[in-house]
Formats: sequence, C-alpha cells, structure tokens
Amino acid sequence: MGDFERRLDTIWRIESPRLIAALARVTRDLALAEDIAQDAFVAALDRWRDGGVPENPGAWLMTIAKRRAIDRFRREDTLRAKTGELQRSTAHSISIESEIEMLDQDVGDDMLRLMFIACHPLLSREARVALTLRLVAGLTTAEIARAFLTSEPTIAQRIVRAKRMLAEARIPFELPSQAERMGRLSTVMEVIYLVFNEGYSATTGADVVRPALCEDALRLGRALTHLAPESGEVHALVALMELQSSRSAARAQTDGTPVLLADQDRSRWNRSSIRRGLSELERAHERGSLGPYGLQAAIAAVHARAATFEQTDWHGIAALYDALAEMMPTPVVRLNRAVAVGMAFGPEAALPLIDELEDEGALREYHLLPAVRADALERMMRYSEAALAFERAATLAKNERDRMFLHRRAAFCRNR
Amino acid sequence: MRFMVMVRSTPDIEAGVLPTTEELTAMGEFNERLAKAGLLLEGEGLHPSSKGARIRFDGENRRVIDGPFAETKELIAGYWIVKMQSKEEAIEWFRQAPCFNNGGTLEIRQIFEAEDFGENITPELREQEARLRIGGLGT
Repeated sequence: MGDFERRLDTIWRIESPRLIAALARVTRDLALAEDIAQDAFVAALDRWRDGGVPENPGAWLMTIAKRRAIDRFRREDTLRAKTGELQRSTAHSISIESEIEMLDQDVGDDMLRLMFIACHPLLSREARVALTLRLVAGLTTAEIARAFLTSEPTIAQRIVRAKRMLAEARIPFELPSQAERMGRLSTVMEVIYLVFNEGYSATTGADVVRPALCEDALRLGRALTHLAPESGEVHALVALMELQSSRSAARAQTDGTPVLLADQDRSRWNRSSIRRGLSELERAHERGSLGPYGLQAAIAAVHARAATFEQTDWHGIAALYDALAEMMPTPVVRLNRAVAVGMAFGPEAALPLIDELEDEGALREYHLLPAVRADALERMMRYSEAALAFERAATLAKNERDRMFLHRRAAFCRNR
Repeated sequence: MRFMVMVRSTPDIEAGVLPTTEELTAMGEFNERLAKAGLLLEGEGLHPSSKGARIRFDGENRRVIDGPFAETKELIAGYWIVKMQSKEEAIEWFRQAPCFNNGGTLEIRQIFEAEDFGENITPELREQEARLRIGGLGT
C-alpha cells in the first residue's frame, strides 16, 4: 500500500462514521447509506490521486455524497415513473431533496442515532457488535473477523443480514423517545462492554488484535459520554473500562500466566487510566445514584485507590456488592459478593452465602464455586472438608493449569 | 496509542493576546468533534512564559530562572492528549485544527505507555479465577 492509499484509509476511518450517520438520516436505509458513502470515497480517490487531498476532506466527501444521493433518488423516481409505480407526489420529492441538501449540516445527533440503530434490540448480539464496529467505529470487515477469530465472509454476511433485517422491519430512524432512551442506551452500553471484554479476556497468545478491541470499546464509550452526557451509567461504563484496563500491564507475566490482584506490582498500574476512570466515576456520581456499571466501577475504584493489597477497603467493597447483588442477583455476582464478605468479615460470614448458592444448584458446573467454598473452609481450619471441596473444584476445572493448582491445594489441606 | 499534540507559541500568545471569539468558537467545535469521536483525553492552554519559570540543573546546583523566555517558537502554548490508532490518524485530524494568528506550528509526539498488551494476554478462565479470588467482579 502506497502513502496515498494509506492516507485514504486513515481518512475513511475518520470520516466514514459521520458520513454514514448523516446519509442514514436522509436515506433511512443503512445499506444505501454505506453504498453512497463508499461511492463518494471511490470518486474522491480518483480525483485526489492527481489533484491532491483537499484541506477539508470531510466536507468534500459530504458534498460528493450529497450529489450522489440526489442522483440516485432522481434515477429511482424516473424509473418508477416509467413503470407507472411512482406514487410520490412532487411535494414529497422536493421535501426529500431538501433533506438531502441538509446532509452536510451536522444535526448533532447523527452519531447517536447510528449507534442506536446498530445496537437495535431486533438484532442478535453478534450482529449488533459487528454492525457497531463496522459502522460506528469504522473497522474493516477483515479487522472485525480477525478480532473475533472468525472468517471475513462470516462477518460480512452477518453485517449484510443485519442491515437487511433492519430494512425489512422498517425500523424508525428517529431518536427514541425520552421514555425509551434509557433502555436503548443500555443496549448500546451492553455492546460496548461486550467488545471490551472480548479484548480484555483474550485467550490467544501474543495476538495484539484482540486487545485492540479494548481500545475500540473505550473510544466508543468516550464518544457516548459526549453524545449522551446526561446518563450517569455511560460515564460509569467508561470508568469501569478505564479502571480495568489500568491493570493490563500488571495482570499477567510475560508468558501469559495471570497474576492475582494480591500479587500484582501496583507500580505498573497505569496512573493516567486510573485518574481518568476516577473522574468518570465522579461524573457518574454527580448524575444520581449508581447503577450496575457504576457499582462495578466503584468496586474497581476501591482497588485502584488501595496502595497495597492489605490496605484494600474490603468493608467498602462488601457494601458495594450488597447493593450490586440487590440490583443484579445473578449467581456470579452473588459468588463475588461472598468472596468480598469473606475478606471483610471472615470466612464464617461468607460460608452461608456460598452454601445458599450450592443449595440452589446455581453454577453447578462452575469450578470456582467449590473453590471459593474450599478456600473459606481452609481458613476456618476445617481441612478435611476443604480438601474434598478442592478436589471437586479440580474435577470441574476446564484446563490443566487450574486442575493442577486445585489438586495441590487439596493435598495441602489433607496434610494438615 | 496516545499522542501529545503541542501548540508552539507565537509572539502574540507570548504577549498575552487572548484568542478572539471566532477563534475560540472554532477551537470549541474542533474539540467537540474530537470528543464525540471518543479521541480526546485532555486539552489545555498555557499562560505566557512570563508567568512561568525554569529550573536549571548543573551538578549539585539548581538555578531558578523566571520567565519570560526568549525563544518564542520553541515554547509550548497549549497541548492536547489524544488517543489515536496511528500517527497518520493524528496527523489527519490535526491538519484540520483551527489555525491561530494566521500561522503557527503543531508538534505531534507519541507518549510512552506502561502497558504492553502484546505480552499480557491471559486465558479467560484464569482471569475469571483471579477476579473471583480477589472478590472483585470489576477488577
């Protein structure tokens, strides 16, 4: 790829989301919007190769896109008029054309509208993620495929199908009403957090593509804080992602072996991520009581503020988990809460919470439930019970490293 | 990757001439575009060097020199911290920055990062375990 092509790639990445967002507003058709944007880009490429890239490529692209949109619209009209299908009144045609004329006027909410559409509840989670990364974050199909360890045709098809589905359902392109807004924002947040976790818990060796997803998610999240600044949870989501990624450099050894929080070298935590995370959390606080993302961010913030593991405010963390478990009583949250309670008030307080989960049969296949129980029993010096629980955890463990680790702890308890 | 984009000073800025309303508006619009693209981390303007000071280190000696400083074009008048995918992306964005006083220079420099994602990838289950054992879902 030459310098010129590289530069165009960069310009596409910067300009395409805005271009597609504006085109979607006037065409009310994502596929068509993307088509016209690409058309405009191809036209620009031809002209810029000889004439050079103009000082304001975005405005330039917008002008070409506008012309293309009007051309297409007129061509379709002529076609329909010929076949006698045209039912549009002249007045209607004029109103569409004047809407297209307004293409380059930033009506402000174009990007937000595009996010809402890409994350429409009608679509599957996978489709929302692919569409958001493609249209809002400006990633190529190839980049998305690499990040999700799948083939390019798979992602391309997923995107095509999603766009078709949205077109067939004739979903409205207007911004959702105030009453609906919070619900729709949470589908956008869910997609962003999914992308983040996909990158954060990447399972493949030295692949740097997947962690780049963390950066994409953060970029989308930061954008959303400016597009929907009124929502505390959006700020909280960014806080949570900043605080989690602040530990990236400390959370694994060079060979990929994870380092537990207790053993992490806190000097390797990224202070600027922490600072940004804490100030986003503050903004979330200013906007009212914390929601699920806010509480998780607040928990991460307690860790971030502790100079050493020993200085961690476990009482604070346990209280935050109490609130989180009330709001989101999933077994995993409740198990986390049990661990926090154990750290704050001792294993005796944690054990009943763990037993409750076991009695319900929740997380039956999850090795961490017996592992957490074993840990509590060990601390209470009930060694033979602890050994049994560790053994059970070992049989449930999904990989060899975990299994060996749990067997070792079982053996240690048996020998006490 | 993060970049620091520095605004080099001009004689006007050093003389304490404040930006006009038009300039401030243009700057505000540019910053808003950066923010709405999720790229802006920070951005600040600096007072003229007459309000600043330098500390010169020479062996054991420390010498404090009060501003203003002569070499106007080498001085920094403000900066952005932005997150970009590449230096090329940073250049493309800042070519479109509003221009002050019919001139000036922006300098784009990459910031060193402590994190090195490449060597720090952890298997998902181990990560979950780490998170659980320390009792933080959001850790």
